[in-house]
Amino acid sequence: MSFITRGFSGHRREPDPQLPPGQTLVHDWPVLSAGPTPRVDTATWELVIRDETGADHRWDWDGLLALGVEDVTVDIHCVTHWSKLGMEWRGVSVDKLFEDVESEHEFVMAHSYGGDTTNVPLEDLLDGKAWIAVEADGEPLTPEHGGPARLLVPHLYFWKSAKWVRGLVMMPDDEPGFWEQNGYHLHGDPWREERYW
Amino acid sequence: MTQGALTDPATGGAEARLARPQRRAAWHVARVTEVRPETASAVRLVLDVPTWPGNDAGAHLDVRLTAPDGYQATRSYSVASAGDGTQVVLAVDEVPDGEVSPFLVHDLRPGDQLELHGPLGAFFVWRPGRDTRPVQLIAGGSGVVPLYAMASLHGAASDPTAFRLLYSVRTPQDVFFADELASLSGAATHDGSTLGLDLVWTRRAPDSSPDAVGRLTRQTLAARTIPAADRPLVYVCGPTGFVEAIAGWLQEAGHDAADIRTERFGGTP
Ligand SMILES: Cc1cc2nc3c(=O)[nH]c(=O)nc-3n(C[C@H](O)[C@H](O)[C@H](O)COP(=O)(O)OP(=O)(O)OC[C@H]3O[C@@H](n4cnc5c(N)ncnc54)[C@H](O)[C@@H]3O)c2cc1C
Repeated sequence: MSFITRGFSGHRREPDPQLPPGQTLVHDWPVLSAGPTPRVDTATWELVIRDETGADHRWDWDGLLALGVEDVTVDIHCVTHWSKLGMEWRGVSVDKLFEDVESEHEFVMAHSYGGDTTNVPLEDLLDGKAWIAVEADGEPLTPEHGGPARLLVPHLYFWKSAKWVRGLVMMPDDEPGFWEQNGYHLHGDPWREERYW
Repeated sequence: MTQGALTDPATGGAEARLARPQRRAAWHVARVTEVRPETASAVRLVLDVPTWPGNDAGAHLDVRLTAPDGYQATRSYSVASAGDGTQVVLAVDEVPDGEVSPFLVHDLRPGDQLELHGPLGAFFVWRPGRDTRPVQLIAGGSGVVPLYAMASLHGAASDPTAFRLLYSVRTPQDVFFADELASLSGAATHDGSTLGLDLVWTRRAPDSSPDAVGRLTRQTLAARTIPAADRPLVYVCGPTGFVEAIAGWLQEAGHDAADIRTERFGGTP
């Protein structure tokens, strides 16, 4: 249904094949969150994976880093229409966390310090597709951007990359998290423009 | 900060913060009916959107512009109006060298058509009659737009909730909705509720003002907002750096993180 907006030409003349539809390339790094920024100390930080038996698999900060931190260069796409390309991150692959977790459940609710939640299918977190990120652009992740650690799921819109992540809870069915109950899409693939429902 | 236990996924950790959108977001075609100067650098856009389902106070929408070669640019704008009508009011401040806001401020004319997607956002909204807790609104610059929607709905609904707005703005020429805010804060509704309005001038105050000029400080924030002891629901909106600073100070002053809702308009933190 799109039509030409009278008088509009736009700044960026080259269509960029790396940009999903409706996205604009930015060089700064905007912030999207629904409330104040939680401050979490790595001395008390922990990450928990809870499976369907209710058993908890726990890592403290050193335990997380001991799993092995890798370098990743990825593009990120925010639902508010900005993208950053070729961003350098460091983090622990979610595959490493799941090595010893036995679960039949196919969905995950990511919980954050501060209370936010977002749902992600397990298959979107495994096979080298997601990390627990601790550094971006060569610096420790700042609290505004989800530090000390956030989930990094770059192939989905960036709200799925839960800031201040503290737990992954296995679920039998896909249930909407905080952002999804407030109008964002259950899945969030930027190439299919799964922004809102 | 909240360090609550991991909750059951079925109930979630944030149920108190959840509110299902009442109106589904969709694409709409708007016709511009009026463009008028709002401040020294902003315009007010009055749009006629026949298919608009109405919106909550505080909601936003996406505006999508299309160039003749098919290039598109999309940005979010808060809706200054609220309720069931099909007239949608926006207020757009020019970000110098921006791609979309200078076009909307300088080039848009009555009769032009715009593509909109919305209404969006079910969390940064205020609905009358839901909660008797006092409401503190805190705006920086154009961040007043969604908060003005809340204050005017509060006034129109004669809602008895105590409402207060702290508005940080450069100069008297930069105040959005100046006349409307003045009358909301002046006129008591029939049950006596008014908007408490506090302005903080960051560059230049009106000649009559006894207040010092300068950025909003932690002390001014504490002195001119509803105290944490009264458990207000607090909405903060403005440039990212402003929102980060205010939300941090509010928590240090004893406000619970769960009582603070934020909307960040952009700019680097
Ligand atoms: C939920 C939401 C609601 C919004 N509501 C309003 C509103 O009611 N009125 C309004 O005027 N704007 C609002 N904005 C901001 C708006 O979406 C655009 O970001 C703004 O108009 C700039 O777009 P642009 O294309 O002109 O600039 P761009 O070309 O996108 O940006 C140019 C430069 O300015 C910086 N920049 C972008 N936005 C801002 C900003 N807000 N302040 C300072 N620097 C910035 C960018 O980082 C970039 O470096 C809202 C943003 C959000 C996320």
